[in-house]
Amino acid sequence: MDYISIFTTMGQEISLIIAFILVFIIDLFLPEDKKHHLGTISSILLAISIIINIMPCQGELFGGMYTTSPLANALKTILSAGTLIIFLQSTDWLSKGETAQRRGEFYVLTFSTLIGLFYMISAGNFLMLFIGMELATIPVACLVAFDKYKGHSAEAGAKFILSALFSSGLMLYGISMLYGSTGTLYFNDIPSLLVASPLEILSLVFFFSGLAFKLSLVPFHLWTADTYQGAPTSVTAYLSVISKGAAAFALMTILMKVFAPMVEQWSLMISIVIVVTITVANLFAILQSNLKRFMAFSSISQAGYIMLAVLAGSEQGATSLVYYILVYIAANLAVFGVINAVEQHAQGKVEREDYNGFYSTNPKLAMVMTLALFSLAGIPPFAGFFSKFFVFAAAFKSGFSVIVFIALVNTIISLYYYLLIVKAMFITPSDAPIATFKNSVPMRISLLTCVAGIILLGIVSSVYMWLDGMAL
Amino acid sequence: MVPMEYYLILSTFMMFVGIYGFFTRKNILAILISVELILNSVDINFAVFNRFLFPDKLEGHFFALFAIGVSAAETAVAIAIIINIYRNIRNIQIKNINEMKG
Repeated sequence: MDYISIFTTMGQEISLIIAFILVFIIDLFLPEDKKHHLGTISSILLAISIIINIMPCQGELFGGMYTTSPLANALKTILSAGTLIIFLQSTDWLSKGETAQRRGEFYVLTFSTLIGLFYMISAGNFLMLFIGMELATIPVACLVAFDKYKGHSAEAGAKFILSALFSSGLMLYGISMLYGSTGTLYFNDIPSLLVASPLEILSLVFFFSGLAFKLSLVPFHLWTADTYQGAPTSVTAYLSVISKGAAAFALMTILMKVFAPMVEQWSLMISIVIVVTITVANLFAILQSNLKRFMAFSSISQAGYIMLAVLAGSEQGATSLVYYILVYIAANLAVFGVINAVEQHAQGKVEREDYNGFYSTNPKLAMVMTLALFSLAGIPPFAGFFSKFFVFAAAFKSGFSVIVFIALVNTIISLYYYLLIVKAMFITPSDAPIATFKNSVPMRISLLTCVAGIILLGIVSSVYMWLDGMAL
Repeated sequence: MVPMEYYLILSTFMMFVGIYGFFTRKNILAILISVELILNSVDINFAVFNRFLFPDKLEGHFFALFAIGVSAAETAVAIAIIINIYRNIRNIQIKNINEMKG
């Protein structure tokens, strides 16, 4: 085998593995009083990995087990950048209390989930997909339960790991039936053997419900709110954008490549799931008063919009999916950054009432939060409007006009609950608003990056064109 | 030789017993055991399909091996989290793990 080609094709994963090992070793040998440098070291390593892998690459490795395309490579770069922002946001949380001793674990586990997500994105075989998914899931469960002495965190971890186990069981059952009817696990070989027999439809349903658990689509969303509420805020941010984005891309490539002959069956199934997901998530989001729980339902409804791009099942759909994830990362990480900052500086306040009068004391943070919420709701001229527009356009072009209409109506409903928070911050008076505080430098950098993303990603159209020029 | 259908009936039965247990058990460890039943039924499926339908290749056997390894890792993490819950609230009954609702 040509060993050089492994390094050029699998560059993203290999550089992350090297970063993982380096951080692990440095964490072992660094004296206790210098552990605070670990965040800087991890961020620099991740930034280096982003820079050296920014060039698009393409190819197959290990007999088709691993495939990558320019678009997948772009998505990996985007996810790495999102993780970098989360690293910057987590420094405050990790420097306090008993998590400070274990901060190395946070970085190591995050690297390892990121590697799993990358293998999941580039899987060319169901075995690879499964291993990538588990490599991404198991460390995330550890991260969710990271706040060892908080009951919420452990409860969230238990709920997460049990539903993850259950969902991977369902997914494996589906894969086993697919294997029984076709006799192969390679994505390239399966389509020509599929005949849409009842067994294969059943396997499609089981497989889809397994991945839908990871994407937290309704009716597989029941773990989401509790896990998001109980997990540390940085981990919630990671769960809601990074792992969701990778799962959506993996689902799309599999439905488009492997289940291509069964497009009639899965497009009907996904249409129903999208309508139910967006509607139910919107209705539940209105009822929430805890901001992290609220963001959980918001992220469920955003997953529904992402699925519109999957439903389109075209090249345009693939491009709009990656673009949506990029914009969603910027907006959602800005919201979670503000929630994180407030939680750190105001003794864990995460209720909506706590944000009353937030603008009068912390005007800059309130502005960041407002911009991000406008982007999530899809108000022009922010990036969220364009990402929603491209997703809707892709689905509309493929002929799903009714679904697009229902999604549009739901966008207007979502505006209501996003604006509830804006109202709390700007209009509702409060006797004891959150005191004015100053953010640390890493947090400020991350919030500035997010705001720049929210404003520029939509207006600078070359971003979409850059993604559009890439093959799936 | 035992026909293939018998194995498949066994694995399907295990699968749905696992799903039933997952939704009805009141103790987290019992839920974990139910999930293990689901994962093991999948392993049986892979081994049987490979042995009876596609005996010239080994993909199914390998998948079963990997699935066993991965599910062992997942169970280890799950038990670690359950121990952590026990340390926090001195209990692992489902009805006591309901601090978060909504």
